[in-house]
Amino acid sequence: MSPITRGFGGRRRPEVDPSRVPPGQYVVNDFPVLSAGPTPRTPLDEWSFEIAGAVDEPVSWSWEQFLALPQETFTIDIHCVTKWSKLGTTWTGVAIDTLLEDVATEADYTLAWADGEYTTNVPLEDLVDGRAWVVHTFEGEPLEPEHGGPARLLVPHLYFWKSAKWVRGLELTLDDTPGFWEEAGYHIRGDPWREQRYWSD
Amino acid sequence: MAEITAAPSRGAPIVWRLATVRRVVRETDRAVSIDVEVDDWPGHLAGHHVDIRLTAEDGYQAQRSYSIASPPEASRLTLTVERMDDGEVSPYLVDDARDGDEFELRGPIGGHFTWHVDQGGPLLLVGGGSGLVPLMAIVRHRIAQHGTVDTRLLVSTRGPGDVLYRGELMGLADAQGLQIHFTLTRRAPSNWSGWTRRVDAEMLAAVGPSPADSPRVYICGPTAFVERVADLLVDAGHDPARIHAERFGPSGT
Repeated sequence: MSPITRGFGGRRRPEVDPSRVPPGQYVVNDFPVLSAGPTPRTPLDEWSFEIAGAVDEPVSWSWEQFLALPQETFTIDIHCVTKWSKLGTTWTGVAIDTLLEDVATEADYTLAWADGEYTTNVPLEDLVDGRAWVVHTFEGEPLEPEHGGPARLLVPHLYFWKSAKWVRGLELTLDDTPGFWEEAGYHIRGDPWREQRYWSD
Repeated sequence: MAEITAAPSRGAPIVWRLATVRRVVRETDRAVSIDVEVDDWPGHLAGHHVDIRLTAEDGYQAQRSYSIASPPEASRLTLTVERMDDGEVSPYLVDDARDGDEFELRGPIGGHFTWHVDQGGPLLLVGGGSGLVPLMAIVRHRIAQHGTVDTRLLVSTRGPGDVLYRGELMGLADAQGLQIHFTLTRRAPSNWSGWTRRVDAEMLAAVGPSPADSPRVYICGPTAFVERVADLLVDAGHDPARIHAERFGPSGT
């Protein structure tokens, strides 16, 4: 039972549909930036995206090859573990299903890795069936570096730290391997609807 | 596929604890430091933050994160909160919170931005506005441990009235190995002889330490501030892996 905080009234947002806001979150209209180090800037001619690890044959795409893959534009809500949610954001990118089309694997897990020495683990089943993408365009504009451009992972049904900025590849793994924030005490899976913020949640 | 619920040993679980306000100290027109007593607080490192949860009489709740200003050595936890005018939680904490008030708190949270005296230095700490808060915990921890590691603190605020912990920082002017620099970007007093501009490459070079000394760098402040300072330091040759950044956007309410 939570104690009442004397004098605290709060500020409801009647215009916000509560069924779209996970527990403990509040809706913002701006787009906050959170990352643990400097913003890396990889030139596009040096950029590639790779799927490797527990696969029969690693695959990779240059920037041009990546843009030539089938593209999807979609609108979703995002939820950051630092409590803000942003509703109705529109992105364009390539579905992970598309990237995995020719990949044979026994793996159940992935470790996404990114420029800036960032990693985050995501179960493979959370990345497939149209639930995750590698995106390069936000609201019709190229994704800004501070928001993860040139391309970031997008797994909107998990807390946003799973949507690795500056993503460069997926390492398919047989076991769940904690990534950067997961090692630092954040939840291994991070489902916002179950408020899985920290390891003990 | 089974979901992993057994976590590696990480010390005490991060659960909601009762926090009782024991003292509110006004730091600036817009900021207060709130000392709280926390039931069974498991301890923290300098640089950690906490989540707090306030509950209104009708059961409505709001959660936010705040940096810890107090060092691990302090007997009570201190949070320094700056009022965001369109915020929901910070105006309450800054303007209304008083001795005896209760809310919930959990932590400590955030392992990447912490520093312990055993990690050594040299240190470069760059704070914009209330981004000074977790850096102050680092400075206070260093002092409490009688540390002498080469430490450079650069504080950027709009005006002199926006500097948190001003008296305490002035009192640290003679601390061994600790150099404190200020830049006032909007409003400097007429007798101010220090910097009056946004942090730039020349200022960072003057503050040091040089990239050749491989300092551990901690930058905290608004997003644009952290982006700019981190970019300048990378351009100056600092190892990106040594640069720890904590950004808070306009939504840090």
